[in-house]
Amino acid sequence: MKKTNVIIGIVIFAILVTVPFWSAILSPASGAAPEVSFDTPVINQLSGDDYKCVEDVEWMRAHHMDLLSDWKVEVVREGTRTYIAEDGTEYLASLQNTCFECHSNYEDFCLKCHTYADVNPTCWECHVEPTVAGGAA
Amino acid sequence: MEMNRRKFLKLGTAAVAGLGVAAASTSPAVAAAVNGSYKNAEGKQNDVTWGMVIDMNKMDNETLNKCIEACHKFHNVPNIDTKKDEVKWIWGEPFEHLFLDETHEKMGEKFKDKNFMTICNHCAEPVCVRVCPVKATFMNAQGVVGMDMHRCLGCRNCMAACPYGARSFNYKAPRDYIEEINPSYPTRMKGVVEKCNFCSERLAVGELPLCAEIAGAAITFGNIADPNSGVSKKLADNFTLQRRSNLGTKPKVYYIV
Ligand code: SF4
Ligand code: SF4
Ligand code: SF4
Repeated sequence: MKKTNVIIGIVIFAILVTVPFWSAILSPASGAAPEVSFDTPVINQLSGDDYKCVEDVEWMRAHHMDLLSDWKVEVVREGTRTYIAEDGTEYLASLQNTCFECHSNYEDFCLKCHTYADVNPTCWECHVEPTVAGGAA
Repeated sequence: MEMNRRKFLKLGTAAVAGLGVAAASTSPAVAAAVNGSYKNAEGKQNDVTWGMVIDMNKMDNETLNKCIEACHKFHNVPNIDTKKDEVKWIWGEPFEHLFLDETHEKMGEKFKDKNFMTICNHCAEPVCVRVCPVKATFMNAQGVVGMDMHRCLGCRNCMAACPYGARSFNYKAPRDYIEEINPSYPTRMKGVVEKCNFCSERLAVGELPLCAEIAGAAITFGNIADPNSGVSKKLADNFTLQRRSNLGTKPKVYYIV
């Protein structure tokens, strides 16, 4: 077998294996980070020190699922429903009654990132997203 | 400091996560652990055992129907009208279905026509908890037999085990059968079991169960571990029945008949 053929083979192999990376870089739309909307009635009312999420926003972006999973255990199994955030603020530990009060725009908030990250959380099989009931409670 | 199961798991998870980060030494991750805390997490009411006395002399069919409607509406219980697929947390049964051994042929008409309020008994020795393979059904610190819907596999062991028929299985997608979804409470999904939860979401914030609030004097709810509570006094002063007390499941729902 000729040496050049082997090299060509290796190059083709390398290109094929890295196709996901190339396609992600070359396709224009998928690379752009989604823009989530904070334009909801309750968020628009917040100002100054009140304009904050339960925890630090960067942390929430990366770890809201950890927080929700923690709440799930505390609320359902331990019966403890008041969460004290790191800054001392107390919140009712509830996706439907706390998170959705501000984030009443499921489609422009939750769904945007979940679609981008290609995740399909099963929360919505039971938890009522604001759009289903026509507005958060 | 005593290490409970939860703390152990948390530390364990943190340790494993730490190892993972060290081994892979990837992104300079934002801390993964949830650093907030929970109010009263340590000093919870562990000396409380919730129980209910239903006074059937005061409970009429109309009141019961109001309780059923309010409970099912609030908890997003689907309204399916075929016997096989129906889902219910609270309903009415004739006396002899609840208390077969206490029934006799000369029993007065006024009992025969009456619907006896029927719910999960929140048994002190719950068979359903024993047979659940994943601890989706569990008893909490206040004696409430609850369900963790995140865990239920839909195996229906608990339904076969419960001697009171207190549980329903979602054979159909429940959301299709809820007229108006209450956005402050979750629904369930097809394939899980559900039942009365003693309104644990209301107990947690110091409110009475919905049915107890609506029925007024017909239902006394409270701490049966405290001899001075209203519910304990009712039990002390009246002749009460438990459903099928011979089974040893020790129901915490009692009836004055
Ligand atoms: S009534 Fe049935 S479902 Fe309720 S606690 Fe007792 S055994 Fe379990
Ligand atoms: S149906 Fe769900 S709650 Fe019942 S025993 Fe199976 S897993 Fe447990
Ligand atoms: S205690 Fe709550 S969940 Fe149970 S039947 Fe009464 S209202 Fe329904």
